[in-house]
Amino acid sequence: MNNHKLTRNLYMVPYAVWILLFVIAPILLVIYYSFIDIQGNFSFANYEKFFTPVYLKMTLSSFWYAFLITLFSLLVAYPTAYLLTKTKHKQLWLLLIIVPSWINLLLKAYAFIGIFGTYGVANSFLEVIGIGTQQLLFTDFSFIFVSVYIFIPFMILPIFNAIDTINPVLLDAARDLGASKWDTFRRVVFPLTMNGVKSGIQIVFIPALSLFMLTRLIAGNRVITLGTAIEQHFLVTQDWGMGATIAVFLIIAMFLIMFLTSGFRKRGA
Amino acid sequence: MSNTIIQFQNVSKQYDEDSLVLDDVSFEIERGKFYTLLGPSGCGKTTILRLIAGFTEATKGDIHFNGKKMNHIPANKRQVNTVFQDYALFPHLNVFENVAFGLRIKKMKNSEIKAKVEEALSFVNLSGYGDREIKDMSGGQRQRVAIARAIVNQPEVILLDEPLSALDLKLRYQMQGELRELQRRLGITFIFVTHDQEEALAMSDEIFVLNKGTIQQSGTPNDIYDEPINRFVADFIGESNIVSGTMIQDYLVEFVGKQFTCVDKGMNKNEPVEVVIRPEDLEITSHEQGMLQIKVSSQLFRGVHYEITGNDKDGNEWLVHSTKSVNVDDDIGLKFEPEAIHVMRFDETEEDFDKRLDSYSEGDANEQS
Repeated sequence: MNNHKLTRNLYMVPYAVWILLFVIAPILLVIYYSFIDIQGNFSFANYEKFFTPVYLKMTLSSFWYAFLITLFSLLVAYPTAYLLTKTKHKQLWLLLIIVPSWINLLLKAYAFIGIFGTYGVANSFLEVIGIGTQQLLFTDFSFIFVSVYIFIPFMILPIFNAIDTINPVLLDAARDLGASKWDTFRRVVFPLTMNGVKSGIQIVFIPALSLFMLTRLIAGNRVITLGTAIEQHFLVTQDWGMGATIAVFLIIAMFLIMFLTSGFRKRGA
Repeated sequence: MSNTIIQFQNVSKQYDEDSLVLDDVSFEIERGKFYTLLGPSGCGKTTILRLIAGFTEATKGDIHFNGKKMNHIPANKRQVNTVFQDYALFPHLNVFENVAFGLRIKKMKNSEIKAKVEEALSFVNLSGYGDREIKDMSGGQRQRVAIARAIVNQPEVILLDEPLSALDLKLRYQMQGELRELQRRLGITFIFVTHDQEEALAMSDEIFVLNKGTIQQSGTPNDIYDEPINRFVADFIGESNIVSGTMIQDYLVEFVGKQFTCVDKGMNKNEPVEVVIRPEDLEITSHEQGMLQIKVSSQLFRGVHYEITGNDKDGNEWLVHSTKSVNVDDDIGLKFEPEAIHVMRFDETEEDFDKRLDSYSEGDANEQS
C-alpha cells in the first residue's frame, strides 16, 4: 500500500517539475517584473500607468476585437459542426477542417497578405464583378476575417464533439412530445452542447486577446491589442516592467474567463 | 367502427436494399385496451412502434389514426406519446421540467403546467420529486418519470418500447402490475413492445406475436397460450413439447408411433402435422399405465414444480412440470387428456386457423343438442 503510494508520487515528479519551472516560475517572474519601473526601482508606477486612458482604451479594444473574433468563429463553427455530425463520413470531414490548423500561423498570415493585397486574388475578383479594387489589407475587416479563419478549427472541435455525443433518442423524444425542429434545437440540442460552446469560447477568446503577429501583418498595426503592446514593450521599448504589468492583467483576464465559462456549469449539472 | 383507433393496411417497411422489416402487415388497435407486440429481436415490433410514433415512414401501405390517414404526418403532430427503452429523459432538465416539456411546447400557462405536472407525478407515485435531477433518480424512478412525461400530454395512445428491460427482476414484476393498473385507471390505449413472453401474458388484453416481419398470431393471452398456431408461437410462448405426427382422421392423431384421441378435426386424412403438449399438461404415472414411456434424464427443482426431462425410445425429448419428484434414470409413464393435445398444421394462415377453431365450438354445440 505504502509502496503503491510511493510510486504514484514518483510519477508525479516530472509533472510537478514542469509546472514549477514553466508555469509557476514564469508567472512569479512576470509579477516581479511588473513592480520594477524602467529605472530598475521597485514601484507601482507601471500599475498607475496602466490605468491611464491610453492603456484602458487599448484593453477595451483588445476585448472588443477578441469578442468579435469569438462571436464570428462561433457563428460559423456551430452550424458547420452541426452539419458535420449529419454527414456520412463525419470523421473524414472533420479531419479536413482540422488539417489547416496544423500549418504555421505565420505562413497562413503571409498567404493572406498575398490574397488580400492590392493585386491579390480577392481584388482581381472584385474587379471582375465590377466593384473595383478596394483596400482590403490593413483594415479591421481583414484582421477579424483572418483571425476567425485561424480560430475556426479550434471552435469546431469541441462543439462537434458535444453534438456528436448527444443521444439521438433524445431528439426522437423531443419530437414525440410535440417539439418542432426549431423547438428541439432550442430546448434540447443547444443546452446539451453548451459545454462544447464554452470550451470553444475559452480556446478562442483567450488567445485572441493576445494576438500580436496578425495585428502587424494583416492589420498593419492599426489594431493594437494587449498582445502587441507586450511584444513592443519587451522587444522595442525595452520597458520590461510595463510589459509585465500588461501581462499580469492578461493573466487575470484569462482566469476571469475560465471562471465565467466553467463556473456556470454548476447550474446545468 | 369508431372503437378502432389505429389501423394498419398492408403495411410494409424496407430500409435501403435490405430485406423487408415488415411484410404486408394489417391489424387494428381498439381504444382503451392494453396491446402487446411480442417477438424476438429483429421481428419488426419496434418498427411498428416507430411507424405509429412517426419516426419512420411506411414503404407501402396505409396507417390510419382515428379513421384519418397519417402516413406523412410528422411525429410532433401526432396524438401519440412514447416511453423509450432507455427512457430518453433530458439530462439537462430536472424531473419537473422533463415532465413539463410537452406542455411548454404547447405554450401552456405556468400555473396550469404546475398543476398538470404535479398530477402526473402523483399518478406515478413521484410526488415531491420535481426538483430532483435525472442523474439522482434510480432506474425505476426514471421509468416513472418517463411514463409521467408521456401521460401528462393526455395522448390517445401511449407507446412503450421495452420499457422494463433495464430493470431488475423484482422491480420489473412490480412495474408490470403498476403499468397495467395505470392503463386501467387512465383508459388510454397502451401499445407495449417486449420480447419477454411472461410480461406479455401477464399484462395484455391482446397480444400480437411477430416473427420475421409478419404477425404470426393475435389474440388474448389465453388464446395464444392454449392454441398456438404454429411451431414458432408454441415455442416462443411458454415451454412446450413439439413432435411431428400424422392426422389419421378427425379426432385421431398419430405420433411417437401410437394413435391418440384428440379434439382437433377438419384436416385432410393422413395429413402430416405437428403436435404440441404443454409440460404442465403431462402427468406422471407408472411405466405400465402411461400413454407414453420415457426414461428420466434430469430433474431440476424450480420451487413451484420439478422440471423433469426425459427421452422416449424414438429419441424425442419430453419436458414435464410436476409437483411429484422422480429419480433420474427411472422409467416412467406419462398421461394426458385429449384436450392437452394441440394439433398444428404446416403453413396455416391465421384466418384459416381461426375458422378451424370456430368450427370446433360449433361442432361441440351440435353434439350436445
